[in-house]
Amino acid sequence: MPPLPLILLGLPLFSAAIIGLLLRERQQNTFAALVSTLSALLCLAAGIAFLRAPDGLEVLPLKWIDFGKDLQINLGFTVDRLSRGMMFIVVFIGALVHVFSLAYMKDDESKGRYFGGLSLFMFSMTGIVLADNFIMMFIFWELVGVSSWMLIGHWFQKDSAADASKKAFLINRIGDFGFMIGILILWGLTGAIGFEEIREWLDAHPGATPGLLTAAVLCVFCGAVGKSAQAPLHTWLPDAMEGPTPVSALIHAATMVAAGVYMLARTSFLLESTADDGASFLIFHFTAPGVITWVGAITSLLAALMAMQQDDIKRVLAYSTLSQLGYMVMVVGLLHGSDQGATGMFHLYTHAFFKALLFLGAGAIIYACHHEQNIWKMGGLLKKMPITGGAILVGTAALIAVPFTSGFFSKEEILTAAWHHSFPLFVITALVAFCTAFYMARLLVVVLFGQARDEHSEDAKEVGPLMFVPLVLLALFALISAYPFVRDHLQAFAPEYHGHPLIVTLVSLATCFGGAAVGWLVYRGRESDPLSIPLFRNKFYIDEIYAKLVGIFQDGLAWFMNGLDRLLIDGALVGGLTALTAGIGSTFRRLQTGNLRHYGLLLGGGVALLVYLIVFFL
Amino acid sequence: MTVSLNAYLLVSGLLFATGLAGVVMRRNLLVIFMCLEMMLSAASLTLVAFSRANLEKGLPDYDGQMLVFFVITVAAAEVAIGLAIIVALFRTRQTVHVDDLNSMSG
Repeated sequence: MPPLPLILLGLPLFSAAIIGLLLRERQQNTFAALVSTLSALLCLAAGIAFLRAPDGLEVLPLKWIDFGKDLQINLGFTVDRLSRGMMFIVVFIGALVHVFSLAYMKDDESKGRYFGGLSLFMFSMTGIVLADNFIMMFIFWELVGVSSWMLIGHWFQKDSAADASKKAFLINRIGDFGFMIGILILWGLTGAIGFEEIREWLDAHPGATPGLLTAAVLCVFCGAVGKSAQAPLHTWLPDAMEGPTPVSALIHAATMVAAGVYMLARTSFLLESTADDGASFLIFHFTAPGVITWVGAITSLLAALMAMQQDDIKRVLAYSTLSQLGYMVMVVGLLHGSDQGATGMFHLYTHAFFKALLFLGAGAIIYACHHEQNIWKMGGLLKKMPITGGAILVGTAALIAVPFTSGFFSKEEILTAAWHHSFPLFVITALVAFCTAFYMARLLVVVLFGQARDEHSEDAKEVGPLMFVPLVLLALFALISAYPFVRDHLQAFAPEYHGHPLIVTLVSLATCFGGAAVGWLVYRGRESDPLSIPLFRNKFYIDEIYAKLVGIFQDGLAWFMNGLDRLLIDGALVGGLTALTAGIGSTFRRLQTGNLRHYGLLLGGGVALLVYLIVFFL
Repeated sequence: MTVSLNAYLLVSGLLFATGLAGVVMRRNLLVIFMCLEMMLSAASLTLVAFSRANLEKGLPDYDGQMLVFFVITVAAAEVAIGLAIIVALFRTRQTVHVDDLNSMSG
């Protein structure tokens, strides 16, 4: 068996290098696109072959840095069910997005740069999936952030896109800062950076330094908070919709934002170790998994509420992604690693397919409506674009957990976990499910049904095969991906099926159909939004609060530095030096009287002194 | 009765001090110059006194007396130059009063 991990890692890098270094002319754009797509398709083949790679496949790690016995950083590869399943998701959706982009970005002037960015992203994401130690994961983590920055800011001539890409990168960076601290704490504790080594250390030292371990886990979780856009670092994801839609499908729905959840699953043994101990603060007792659970729950609720009032089709989907990511993070924390993060990963797996489908479908709609993104300017598109509309219907069905779709099974697992562990969380989860059904029904009713509201959507036509074939494929997966046959073949990391309590199934059905029905009733045949909830529409004003906070902090710092500059540097240092020099100068100037007799006196005095010294001291 | 060395040295010291006092306190350039000469002659006197006092095989040490000749010659040359400068100064400033010759001030 050829060294598949190396192929999977090296091929996109090679493609990105060729595009970045050799194919820089505008005429070579299309060639660049084809190179990148070819690399993606080859990686898909490699990924499919990789599904059958045995555990613990020996791929020699590339030795990178050796600091002696304290620290050795190698680029090693992990081959187990988790990485195989995730790898398949990444290469499959990556390949589909590449094919879709060939059509979507057909008329773009800088599509060479775009496809180079896509290849770079595939390389970086592969690195995260296959990493076997924290530092390697962190390197590729940052690289994924860079590719995301490059792709969000693809149309950087637009101010909003340039700002959004900067915002995404900076907020990611904040999370990564915490991540790095967590890695360093773990290295300091265990002396190792590899996942296996840390796990062995923890097994050999149960109950060691609980407080520090909890702190380390929370810091590492910061990385997931930044990358998977959990509250409070969620503000970059809706803005990231400034990038081209295939990018949103690949990065901000299926893969990059899922990296945080993948990382939590990969390090779920850490959650297991810190499940029992924790810190107490006033009346609150919190453990690392507890914090993770509530962060996820709050994110999913906040995002679901904000989604109900958005008018841009991509933003609705972005908030939906946030909400589903919140589900994944919540359930990973809730089960604190007792299932090695399988429930969260299962939802990630099903979510990747139907969310990518929804985004690509939205991309097809946007393309057909000549880059119009406001849902109140669309309407009646199901009749004009039946394949796309049908695919979106399937995707939505999976998202709101209509029975027998893949989303139904994964969401049921989450609801069951919540029911068994915490009633408040069960209520929140059910509420979020209701809101999800509501806003997706709103989206469908406004966009696909009814009458066209604008001439752009009047002219909409079905898109070409390069676009609808990925949609159909994804729709198929959205339906069948949860069934055991498919799950095993695609190496999905899913929990064992043990029955669900009846109440969970009932609540799941009730929220799904109830929310959809309410959405349909409220939005049927409307020309504009009947509901207006400014708090939700303006994203809970979180962006404004952050801007204010940053402004206060920066103004304060500037005031302090200004004072320091004026008092210390201008006053004490420069002013002091001046005063000193001038003082010495004026003191010595008093010798220069210009009076001849004074000079004569000084001369005489000097002579006398000299005589005295010579006579009595020499 | 022979005069001791100390007496010569005292006289020469007094002469030097008088010259120094004159240089510092007098206001006429020519008088300052003359006091300068007085200081030189005091130095010469010291030299001669020491030459007479250090006897080698009954004869005085003639090195000191040789130096006095040199000193007198140099003094003469210096006077020539000095007076030339004073004359040039008088031609521009029309005064030999020291207080009127201040040009710089601090």
